[in-house]
Amino acid sequence: MNLTSRLAAFSRQHSTLPILMIPLVLVGLGLSMFGSSLLVNVYTYFCVSLIMVLGLQMFMGNAGILNWVHIGFVGIGAYASGILSTAPLVKGMGVPNMYPALVELSMPVIPAILLGGVIAALVAAVIGYPLMRLSDFVGVITLFATLIVIHVVMTQWDNVTNGPRTFFGVQEFTTLTVALIAALIVMVVAYWFRESALGLRLRASRDDRYAAMAVGIDVVRVRYYGFVSSALIAGMAGGLWGHFITSFSPKAFYISEMFILLSMIVIGGSGSISGAVTGTALVTVAREAFRQLEGTINNAHVLSFEVYGLTEAVMAIAMVTILIWRPGGVVGGQELRWPLLKRAKRSETKEVEDGV
Amino acid sequence: MIDLEFLINTLSLGSLYALLALGLVLVYGILKLVNFAYGEYIMIAGYGLYFSATVLQLPWWATMLFGVAAAVLTSYLTELAAFRPVRTKSANALIVTSFAVSIFLQNAVLILVSPRARAVQLPPIFSKTVNIAGATTPVRNLLIIGTTIVVLVLMSLLMKKTVLGIAMRAAAEKFTTTRLMGVPANLVISAAFIISGLLAGIASIFWIGRSSSVDPITGAAPLLIAFIATVMGGMHSPTGAVVGGFVYGLLFNILSITLPASMISYRDAFMFVIVVLFLLFRPEGIIKGGYTEERVG
Repeated sequence: MNLTSRLAAFSRQHSTLPILMIPLVLVGLGLSMFGSSLLVNVYTYFCVSLIMVLGLQMFMGNAGILNWVHIGFVGIGAYASGILSTAPLVKGMGVPNMYPALVELSMPVIPAILLGGVIAALVAAVIGYPLMRLSDFVGVITLFATLIVIHVVMTQWDNVTNGPRTFFGVQEFTTLTVALIAALIVMVVAYWFRESALGLRLRASRDDRYAAMAVGIDVVRVRYYGFVSSALIAGMAGGLWGHFITSFSPKAFYISEMFILLSMIVIGGSGSISGAVTGTALVTVAREAFRQLEGTINNAHVLSFEVYGLTEAVMAIAMVTILIWRPGGVVGGQELRWPLLKRAKRSETKEVEDGV
Repeated sequence: MIDLEFLINTLSLGSLYALLALGLVLVYGILKLVNFAYGEYIMIAGYGLYFSATVLQLPWWATMLFGVAAAVLTSYLTELAAFRPVRTKSANALIVTSFAVSIFLQNAVLILVSPRARAVQLPPIFSKTVNIAGATTPVRNLLIIGTTIVVLVLMSLLMKKTVLGIAMRAAAEKFTTTRLMGVPANLVISAAFIISGLLAGIASIFWIGRSSSVDPITGAAPLLIAFIATVMGGMHSPTGAVVGGFVYGLLFNILSITLPASMISYRDAFMFVIVVLFLLFRPEGIIKGGYTEERVG
């Protein structure tokens, strides 16, 4: 095999990344030149959501465990980064009860976001130790309960988070360019993670736990590493989100937001990076469209009452429909590869349906 | 601290939690589905109570029947529309489906009724208090204990003496083998959902009775209680669910008394931490089922 053919094989094998990245960059460039400020905001929001979903995919997609806590880590990252980077004067006014030691903290935004990710990962490292031992349904329920514990702590610990009230005054930092670059970096990381030895072991433990144990994979340990890495990405995504939205309260990191993330990953297909990207794009577009529709209906006063919750109801129906017709999501468990049309042939082999 | 009042409180709270947990575990046993939509059956029953009392002007006993019937119907319809087509897919697909159903029902109520809470009128006997041997307690606490005893007796008769009950127990043990014995899968699963809805409806009357109001997210708290109680008691048998419900009620009351006032808002957090730590040492719960594959490593 000569160098050119080896190079061609390599680029075919890893063609997933350019297939996904080039459209993202093109749309980003197009919007930053011609788009309205609303569209630029939507796209920035999309890029930040994409980072959250990619982080979710790293653990949930590869390990096959429904990770409810994910949005909790996003919240921890957002609060951590907000507290670290906001000026002491602003914090003193905004959060009257904050511990003096925290008020004094002040650092540039980028290290604050990175540190926010590390803090989320540390929390994950502590709570993941007992949680990753539990599997199946007990695991799902305890992860769900853990999200509630994190939410209770966020709403009650007003020395740190300002309690249920809004935490405001966070610097604006996440522009379209920042969010897009971060999303591209995380995409490479998530792709590399999926293809790495750890990712392969995780996927093996998802497909058949006992076979994986039989070939010497320490299932608890690979899950634990996957969980912590996913929390690291979630924490950084939270930081980026916080510096985009600039004021938030604990209810932004709870069940209804988790539902949006889940609908993105389920509709696209959690088994692959391509699925995560596709799902995030589809749900973002659909969500904005229904928001506009809701707004139009409410403003036109054609109905005697205000319409709330239409978006969520439609998302729920879409999710169940996808699960019935294509349980692996729109894309499925396989990555998109060049040439795209070759995929049709591969459907003869059994695809992993348990990608959800 | 441990007086008659504490005992009645714990028993009534435990009874309510046991009913909640039992309804959840029936479906879990057969379908291996952690039903996130279960709380919504309770919410719908509450709206049934509200609707029949204020719009239809029914007498109190008929509103209760109406509320329970609404829960049963919702439970059955969600099974038909959502869970049956997804049943053969992966376990996670089922859980995500139930979560989507839950979100859908919540938002449907939000659109069709109102985001604001509605007052539910229950018969005055619910809020009256009586004095038993020096302990003052609301009558509804005694009613829930009585109702739970009756329901548990009927349930165990159903599960032990009737063909349907035996088929359901067999299906919970080994679903495929049960089908090979000629038991129709759809029948057993529908029966489980109907009984689950029935229990949710009965529990809902007492749950709503405590606050006398219902809103679209009423179902979240009882769902969580049912989750934790079943996990703690053991997910593999109805007995485990009932035991879990009572233990959870006891734990709740003990924490309410012993936690200092400044920490009381963290009560739920404490509770879950205790449960997670407990599961670390005994992942199968208090009551061990037959064959389990819950634990890894």
